[in-house]
Amino acid sequence: MSIQVNNLSKKYGQQLALDSISFSIPSGAVVGFLGPNGAGKSTTMKILTGYIPATTGNASVCKLDLAEHSLEVRKLVGYLPEHNPLYLDMYITEYLLFAAGIAGVKNTKKALEMAIELTQLGPERNKKIGQLSKGYRQRVGLAQALIHDPKVLILDEPTSGLDPNQVVEIRNVIKNLGSEKTVLLSTHIMQEVEAMCNRVILINKGKIIADDTLEGLKNTAPSDSLETIFRNLTSHVGSI
Amino acid sequence: MWEVFKKEIRSFLGSFIAYIVMGVFLAITGLFMWIIKGNNVLDLGVASLQVMFNIAPYILIFLVSAITMRSLSEERRLGTIEILTTRPVSDLSILLGKYLAAVALIVFTLLPTLFYYYTIQQLADPLQGTDAGATWGSYFGLILLAASYASIGLFASSLTDNQIVSLIISMVLCFFWYGVLSLLGDIKALDAIGKSLEWFSLDFHYQSISRGVLDTRDVIYFFGFIAAFLGATKIAFESRKW
Repeated sequence: MSIQVNNLSKKYGQQLALDSISFSIPSGAVVGFLGPNGAGKSTTMKILTGYIPATTGNASVCKLDLAEHSLEVRKLVGYLPEHNPLYLDMYITEYLLFAAGIAGVKNTKKALEMAIELTQLGPERNKKIGQLSKGYRQRVGLAQALIHDPKVLILDEPTSGLDPNQVVEIRNVIKNLGSEKTVLLSTHIMQEVEAMCNRVILINKGKIIADDTLEGLKNTAPSDSLETIFRNLTSHVGSI
Repeated sequence: MWEVFKKEIRSFLGSFIAYIVMGVFLAITGLFMWIIKGNNVLDLGVASLQVMFNIAPYILIFLVSAITMRSLSEERRLGTIEILTTRPVSDLSILLGKYLAAVALIVFTLLPTLFYYYTIQQLADPLQGTDAGATWGSYFGLILLAASYASIGLFASSLTDNQIVSLIISMVLCFFWYGVLSLLGDIKALDAIGKSLEWFSLDFHYQSISRGVLDTRDVIYFFGFIAAFLGATKIAFESRKW
C-alpha cells in the first residue's frame, strides 16, 4: 500500500474537521479525493504531507509511519498545496533549483531539467514566476512537487481557477505522471475525476461516504449522471 | 539549512533590501562621525569610533527589524510556508537558515565601516595611536547586539503574516531590551531592583564588551538571549501543530 490511513481524526479547537476516516491506496493508482468545500479534503492532505499532525489515528506512506518517520516520508511525497503558493519574485529555474535543494536532491540540475520536461515549462523557463499566466504558474507548482521524483504525489485542487484549455493540459500532465506514481488529488469537480482518476473517495463533513471505482459509483444509480450522484450523496435534506 | 540560507541571501540582494540597509547605515553613521556639528570626530579631536558605536545600536534597531520583518511573515502570507515545512528539512533548520542569513547581511553592513577605522588611525597622534582593544571589542559587541536584534526580529515575524505589524513589534521589543531596561538602572527610587533589571538589558552587556575587556559572562548573556528568542520563534512557528 502506498498510502494507508487508519481512523484519522482532526479537531481544530472544538470543530471536528475529520471524523475517524480510513482508506488505503495501492501504488500506481490515481485517486480522486472528492467532496464539497470544507469537507476535510485539504485537512487530510495537510496531515499526509506532515504539515499538521492528526489529533488521533495514524497514517503511513510507503509503509513508513507519518508520526515516527516524518522526514523520511517527506522525501517520498510531492505536495502541491491549495492555491499553489509561489515566490512571485523568483525566476522559475531559481525557484525549482531551490525546491530541489530543500527536497534533498543531489543532482539539482538534472532534476530541474526532468521537471521542466515533464511539465513542459521549456518555453517560459527564463521568466520570473510573477510574469507567468495562471496555467504556467500551476505547472511551476507541479514541477516543484515532482522535482525530487517522489513515489507519491498529493495535489490539492490542481486545476482550480484555470481556463478550459489549461485544465486539459494540466490533466494530461497528471495523467502521464499517474503511470508511474501514486497520485491523490482533490477536487470538487466531477469531470475532473472522470478525466483522470480510476478511483474516487467521496468525503463530506469529515466522513467518507463512498470509496469506489468510477464504474462502481456510476452503477449505484445508472440513470443518473455523476454530477447528480455527487449532489445526492453530499447534500442533506433540510440543509437548504 | 544552507539552501534556505542561500535563498534568503539571494532575496536580500534581489529585492534591494541589502543595498538600502547598507546605504542607510553608512550614510547615518557617516553623518554623525564626520559632518554633524558638535560631536563629530574632527570637532572632538578624539581618534576613536565611539560616536559610531553610540549611535549604531539605535540605527540597527530599525534596520535589523526591517531585514527580518518579512522572513517568516511573508512565507505565511504567500502560503509558501506549507511547501517549506513539508520538505525533508526540520523546522529548526529553516529558522536557522533564515536567522543566519539576516546575521550575515548585518556583518556585511558593518564591514565598510572598517574604512572609518582606517581613517581614524591615519588621523591619530602617531605616538599614541588608537585604542585597538576598545575598537575590536566594540565591533564584536555590535555584532552580538545586532544578532540579538535579529533573533527578536525573527520572533516578531513568526507572530503575524503582516510585515508592518512584524516590524513594529520587533522595534518595540528591541528598544525595550536595549533602551528601556538600561534606563531603569538610572532611576534612583528603584535602587537595587533597577540595577538588577539593568543587568538584563542588552545595553549593559554591549557597553561592557565595548570597553575591550572580553568577559565570558557577557558573551554567555548574548548567546543565551539569542537562544531564548530563537526558541520562542520555534514555538510560535510550530503553532500550526497545536
